[in-house]
Amino acid sequence: MSDVSPDPRTPGSAIPDPGAARTAGMKTETVVVEVKDLTAGYLPGINIINSANLVAHKGELIGIIGPNGAGKSTLLKSIFGMVKVRGGDITVDGASVVGLKSDKLVQRGVGFVPQTNNVFPSLTIEENLQMGLYQRPKVYAERLDFVTGIFAELGKRLKQRAGSLSGGERQMVAMSRALMMDPSVLLLDEPSAGLSPVRQDDAFIRVSDINKAGVTTIMVEQNARRCLQICDRGYVLDQGRDAYEGTGRELLSDPKVIGLYLGSLGADGV
Amino acid sequence: MSSNPPSNPPAGEPVVPEGAAAQPEPTPTGTVTTATGSIRRPKTSGLAKGDSVPGVAKNDPILVIDGVTRRFGGLTAVDVEHLEVPRNAITALIGPNGAGKTTLFNLLCGFDKPNTGTWSFDGKNLSGIPSFKVARMGQVRTFQLTKALSLLTVLENMKLGATGQKGEGLFRSIIPAIWRKQDNEIEDKAMDLLQRFKLDAKADDYAASLSGGQRKLLEMARALMSDPTLVMLDEPMAGVNPALTESLLDHILDLKDLGMTVLFVEHDMHMVRHIADWVVVMAEGKVVAEGPPETVMEDKAVIDAYLGSHQDVDLGVVTGRVAGELDASAEELLEEIKEAEEASIAEAEEENK
Repeated sequence: MSDVSPDPRTPGSAIPDPGAARTAGMKTETVVVEVKDLTAGYLPGINIINSANLVAHKGELIGIIGPNGAGKSTLLKSIFGMVKVRGGDITVDGASVVGLKSDKLVQRGVGFVPQTNNVFPSLTIEENLQMGLYQRPKVYAERLDFVTGIFAELGKRLKQRAGSLSGGERQMVAMSRALMMDPSVLLLDEPSAGLSPVRQDDAFIRVSDINKAGVTTIMVEQNARRCLQICDRGYVLDQGRDAYEGTGRELLSDPKVIGLYLGSLGADGV
Repeated sequence: MSSNPPSNPPAGEPVVPEGAAAQPEPTPTGTVTTATGSIRRPKTSGLAKGDSVPGVAKNDPILVIDGVTRRFGGLTAVDVEHLEVPRNAITALIGPNGAGKTTLFNLLCGFDKPNTGTWSFDGKNLSGIPSFKVARMGQVRTFQLTKALSLLTVLENMKLGATGQKGEGLFRSIIPAIWRKQDNEIEDKAMDLLQRFKLDAKADDYAASLSGGQRKLLEMARALMSDPTLVMLDEPMAGVNPALTESLLDHILDLKDLGMTVLFVEHDMHMVRHIADWVVVMAEGKVVAEGPPETVMEDKAVIDAYLGSHQDVDLGVVTGRVAGELDASAEELLEEIKEAEEASIAEAEEENK
């Protein structure tokens, strides 16, 4: 990702991006998350992930795409300690995290946003954000500033119940909650799911902003085209294996990937 | 699929609509082929009595909605003045997130009660009728998140969908003679439907073992067990593998051929364009446009509100990750997002006062 141009957006643009200027310098060769020959699954004898490999460097935005049932969400969940690992290794900042429970992973700087049911609907936005920080309540004010820098509208709605929000706003609350712990890597499971087109674009831009603020991000997406447009590198998962890997642009223009996973429908507009 | 039409066409199959214009008119090119979804079947045209404006009267409405509102606290989720759903046609309900589509669905099926308003199905007033009675009247629905009973087999799930079972009741249930014959008939019908939906091989598996797409199929098949007149599908394509969508589309088109009326909520524009005869667009609880898909989808207001006229925009450029010029369309997109955010902030500040 060497072709990062200065942010072309106008100063009045909707989304503040605290890290825009740093972006180019942020990506390094330091490996944050590495998945090696991972095998994992839910039911005995049935592996969903079959020796999958993935590397995320510091500051990178990684996209994972692939057909239904390819194991995209399962891969994310196994990194976050929610699926039993049967073989291979997962490291975060160089140390193996296999067998660790999710709360330990949060302490090690991993944030996870599930696809559905990702907010506490009966709690207010403020309480939702506090839930994200229950392991380190003291830094609340500071983290709140960071989060509302990206999601300004949430800052104005802190007392509102999360259940009364629209789908797009709930997604923002869920992402914000994961960001409260100042994670070094953020795992997003289909941040655009169930959103209308403009809201999807909005969500992708916010994900990009989060990444620009220095958070290494691994995103699983159904909207492959949009995902590959913003990610630095992408992985195409098929039957639990990483079938293709490349920069977002390479995958976008790879005829095999287009034929298999992007589909020709998306190319001709709506 | 419909090359072997089921032996038992749905009871209450609507009679031929009076308005001749409401009949499916095969286009010169359109042979009615159901072998694959790629061959377009003729759309039903001439459904409305007048111009395509919100609330236009239909020649033969099956569902008529008047002044239905539903408020959650300060938020008006649904505020539909007047809406008619045409019979024996496929009507799509589209709109941005939070437009009130699913809420309206819940109201129509009796899952939720409106603050005001009345609506009628097939001429019968439905206000205040609970959901199970609505279903018995021939109006069934499916859910966005499938509600299969995972620890029953696929066949058992199907059999639950049949109505008027004689074995219902503690005493009758212990005398097989009362219900065995009917039970066999129901089972035959269930297998018949499973075959059509290519789930027959899975009949004895637990519903929990089905994939997301197969669950959608099961839910649709189960809804058909009660021989409905009106089938309401809430996002039938959500989370379904693209490879399965085409056969799902085919099944929905088959429903129309069998004389049923379909009303569905969908985000997938390909699907709407492909199968819908009529499209109703909702935004902020109101019906903002309706008409045949081609007309509605070219409506500038609809495109801006929903479809996103920005499919061509490269988000890589927008986010500054890839070198490139921001074109007018990208500027518009950013403007729209900014407006939405400002509106949200303004609204919140208003409420905080």
